[in-house]
Amino acid sequence: MKELITFTLNGKPVELNLDSDRILLWILRTDLQLTGTKYGCGESYCGACTILVDGEAERSCQLMLKDVQNRSVVTIEGLARNGKLHPLQKAFMENDALQCGYCTPGMIMNATALLKKNPNPTEKQIINGMEENLCRCGAHKRIIEAIRVAAAEMGGF
Amino acid sequence: MKNDNFLELDFTDRLMDFQIDRREFIKIFGGGIFIFMTIGDLPIWVQERPGRPSRPPLPSDFNAFLRIGEDGRVACFTGKIEMGQGVVTSLAQMLADELDIALESVDMVMGDTDLCSWDMGTFGSMSTRFFGPPLRSAAAEGRQVLLELAAEQLKRPVDQLLTENGVVYDKVDKKKSVTYAQLAQGKKMARRASFSVKTKTPDQFKIMGKSVLRMDAYDKVTGQVKYAADIQLPGMLYARILRPPAHDARRNSVDLSEVREMEGVQIVEEGELIAVLHQYPDVAEKALSRIKASYDSPKSELNEDTIFDHLLKVAPAGDVVSEKGDLKKGKKESAIIFEKTYLDGYKAHAPIEPHAAVVHVEGEKATVWPSSQTPFRARDEVAEALGIPTENVHVISPFIGGGFGGKTRNLQVVEAARLSKLTGKPVQVDWSREEEFFYDSFRPAAVVKINSGTDKDGHIIFWDYHVYFAGERGSQHFYSIPNSSTIAHGSGWRGDPGTHPFATGAWRAPANNTNTFARESQMDIMASEAGMDPLEFRLQNLSDEKMRRVLQAAAEKFNWKPAKAPSGRGYGIACGIDAGTYVATMAEVGVDTNTGKVTVKRVVCAQDMGLAINPQGAAIQMEGCITMGLGYALTEDLRFRGGQILDLNFGTYEIPRFSWVPRIETVILDAKNENPQGGGEPAIITMGAVIANAVFDAVGTRVMQLPLTAERVKNEMG
Repeated sequence: MKELITFTLNGKPVELNLDSDRILLWILRTDLQLTGTKYGCGESYCGACTILVDGEAERSCQLMLKDVQNRSVVTIEGLARNGKLHPLQKAFMENDALQCGYCTPGMIMNATALLKKNPNPTEKQIINGMEENLCRCGAHKRIIEAIRVAAAEMGGF
Repeated sequence: MKNDNFLELDFTDRLMDFQIDRREFIKIFGGGIFIFMTIGDLPIWVQERPGRPSRPPLPSDFNAFLRIGEDGRVACFTGKIEMGQGVVTSLAQMLADELDIALESVDMVMGDTDLCSWDMGTFGSMSTRFFGPPLRSAAAEGRQVLLELAAEQLKRPVDQLLTENGVVYDKVDKKKSVTYAQLAQGKKMARRASFSVKTKTPDQFKIMGKSVLRMDAYDKVTGQVKYAADIQLPGMLYARILRPPAHDARRNSVDLSEVREMEGVQIVEEGELIAVLHQYPDVAEKALSRIKASYDSPKSELNEDTIFDHLLKVAPAGDVVSEKGDLKKGKKESAIIFEKTYLDGYKAHAPIEPHAAVVHVEGEKATVWPSSQTPFRARDEVAEALGIPTENVHVISPFIGGGFGGKTRNLQVVEAARLSKLTGKPVQVDWSREEEFFYDSFRPAAVVKINSGTDKDGHIIFWDYHVYFAGERGSQHFYSIPNSSTIAHGSGWRGDPGTHPFATGAWRAPANNTNTFARESQMDIMASEAGMDPLEFRLQNLSDEKMRRVLQAAAEKFNWKPAKAPSGRGYGIACGIDAGTYVATMAEVGVDTNTGKVTVKRVVCAQDMGLAINPQGAAIQMEGCITMGLGYALTEDLRFRGGQILDLNFGTYEIPRFSWVPRIETVILDAKNENPQGGGEPAIITMGAVIANAVFDAVGTRVMQLPLTAERVKNEMG
C-alpha cells in the first residue's frame, strides 16, 4: 500500500509516497541513495545496518518505512556537522578502529547512541553496549579504545 | 642525460596484456614519467601442484608501474585490492619514502583491469612481501630519473643534488630547486625498472617503519567508501536468484505464476538459472518468496561428526612434503611413543560484506564492479560466460568488506554478468547472508595423525606426520628431529569429487591453522609426559635461532614462569611459521568446570616479519588474527547434513564478539634489514593450539578437536 510517510532524515524533512511496508534499510540504500548503511545479515544479528531513530540505535533491516513516520532518522552520512567529523568518527580514524570498514558505520551509529545514553561508560559498559555488533576483521580492541577516547573528548555531553 | 636510458612510449610489443595501444594509453594516463616493473608474481602459492590446471600465462614483461604525474602526484597501478589488510597504506608508504614525497601525494590505483596489469589475486599475505621490494626499487629508480632530469635543468651534477618532499634541491644553494611536477611537465617518458638503483637503508627511512593513519580511514568513517553493493547505475536491476535447499538437491518443479502478476518484476529463466529482478532489492526479495519450487535431495550420512571417518576413507595416498632420517630406527630408539589424531571441522569465512557484483553488459562489452580478491580472474570468467574477448571486460575493484580467502571464486560476478546480458540492463547481484553461508568455499574439515616419540629426557627422536585434506601449508615442523616424515593426503584447496559435500577453499592462512593445532598440541602432550615445561621442551628440541628468539620474546612479554602442565594456571603456548613470518603466542584461559566454557583472558603474540613497513598496521593485523582466531578455536564449526547447510546466519554460527576479546599484547621483533614478510595471516595460525594447550594446563583435559566448544570441553572433562 502506497502511503505518504514524512520523517526527518539527517536533519532534513523527507516525504516519501511509497509502499510503507518496505524495509527501511533498502529505502535508505536505494530510493535515498544513502549507501553508508550496510546490509550484513538481514536478521538483526550483525548490526551493520544500525541507524539512529529518535536518538536510539535501531537495526534498519528490521524496520519498515511506516515505523519512522514523524520520527527523526540519522545515518552515518548525517553524523558529521558542517564538514566537521563527529568525535566518534574522528576517534575511529585516529585509533585505527577499522580494517575493511564494512561494519564501521553500524559500529559508529551504535556507539553514538551508547554515548548519548551513557556519556561516561566504563570499559565493561562499552563492551556490553557493543556486544551485538559484529566485526570479522577483529578490530574490536581498537573500537573499544576509540569509543573510550571519543567519550573523553565529548566530556560527558 | 643519456637519451638511451629512456624509451619513447612505444608499447606495441610491450603491453600485450594491456590490449591498448599507445595513443589510448596516453589518453588514459596522460603524460608524465612512467616506471615499469616486473614483480616475481609467479604462481608460488604452495597449494599449486603439477597436474593442476595452470593459471593464465603471465606477462613476462611487467606487471605494475608508477607514474610521476605532471601535477607532481605519484600514482601506483597494481592489480592488488584492499580488503581491510591495509596494503593501500603500506604500499603507498614504501613509494613515498623511496621517492621523497609526502604520503598524501600518492594515489593508489588498485584492481582495475584496464589500468593495471595482470595479477593473480590478493591472498597469501603476499602483497607487501613480494610487491614491497620491487616497488621500493622502482620508486628509487623514479627518484633517480628525477635527479637526472633536475641535473640537466639546474646544470648541476646529480651528486650535488638532494630530494625532499617532492622537490630537487642544489645541496649547496637550496634556493636552486625544481619540483617533481615541473620535471614531469610535458614528459612522456618510460623506463623499465632495472633494479640497479639502491633503495634506502633503515636509518634513512622517514615514512617506512613508522605508524601512519590508514589512507582509507576518512572515507570509511563517513560511509563514503564504495563497496560493490553500493554501486548503483541508472536503470539497474537487483536480482534475487532461486536457490536449492542443498548442494546435491535437484529441482523437480517450479511455479512462477504468482510472480508473473507482480508489477515491475522481471523474470529470467535460462537453464538452471531462475532469477527475479526489480529496481528495488526488497521487491525482488518479495518476488523470490513467491516462487514455488520443489526439490529432491538424496539422503546422506555425512554431517559434522561423521565427516572425519569419511575423509580418511576417501583420502588418496599421500605426497611427501619432507623426509629425514629413518622413522623405523627412530621409533625403535624412542622411550615413549605418542600416537594421536586431531580433528578440525569446516569453517565459514563469514565476512560482514556478503558477495556482491554489479555488471553492465553493453553489446560486446562489459563493465564489472565485484567484491572479489581476484579481479583478473573475474574478468576472464565474465568474458567466458558472455562469450566475448577478455579485453572487452573492464573490472573496476571497489573496496572489499573482508575476504579472508573467501572472495576468490566470483560465482556472483558470473551470475550478474549472465543476468545483465539476458535483461539488457545493468544488474546487481548481492547475496543474502544465507546465500553467503551456502555458497561459501569453506575451510576444509581435516584430520591430522601424528605418531611421535621421545627419549627418556624429552628429546624428540621421530615424527611421523600425516595430514588429510587440510593442505600442506604449515605441515612441516621446524624442530630438530633426527627422523621425520611429513605427508599430505589430498589438497586443502579443493578435494576431488566425493570428498567434501560442498565447496572448500583457502581460509586465512589456509591449512596452517589445522596443522599448527595438531603439531603444537602434540608438542605439549610430549612435554607433559616428559614432565617438562612446554617452553623448555620446545627450546630443547629447537635449533632454529629465529624461532628461539620469537619464543623467548613472547615469554618475556608474557612473563612466562616454567611449570609442568597441567599447572592449574591455564597458560598455553604455541608457535609456527606462515608466509615467511615466525609467530609465537602465549595465552591465559579460564575454564568454567560446570559448563566447560573457555574464557581467554590474555594473549601475547610475538612475531618476526622482517621489515614492518607500517608497525601499527602490522600490530592491527596481529590483533585481527588473534581476535578472529578465537572463533575457530572456540565456537566455529559448520553444521550440515550432506549438501544441506544448517548454519546459515550468525544466530547459530557464532563469530567472536566484543566480550570475547582478551587483553592482547603484540611484539614485533626488530628486523629492519630483512625483507618484509606476510602480516595478514600468520598470527592466526597459533590460536587453536595455544587455547587447547592452555585449557589442558588449566584443567588437565586434552581436547583433540577444534573448536573447543563448552560442550566438547565439558564432555572431555567427564
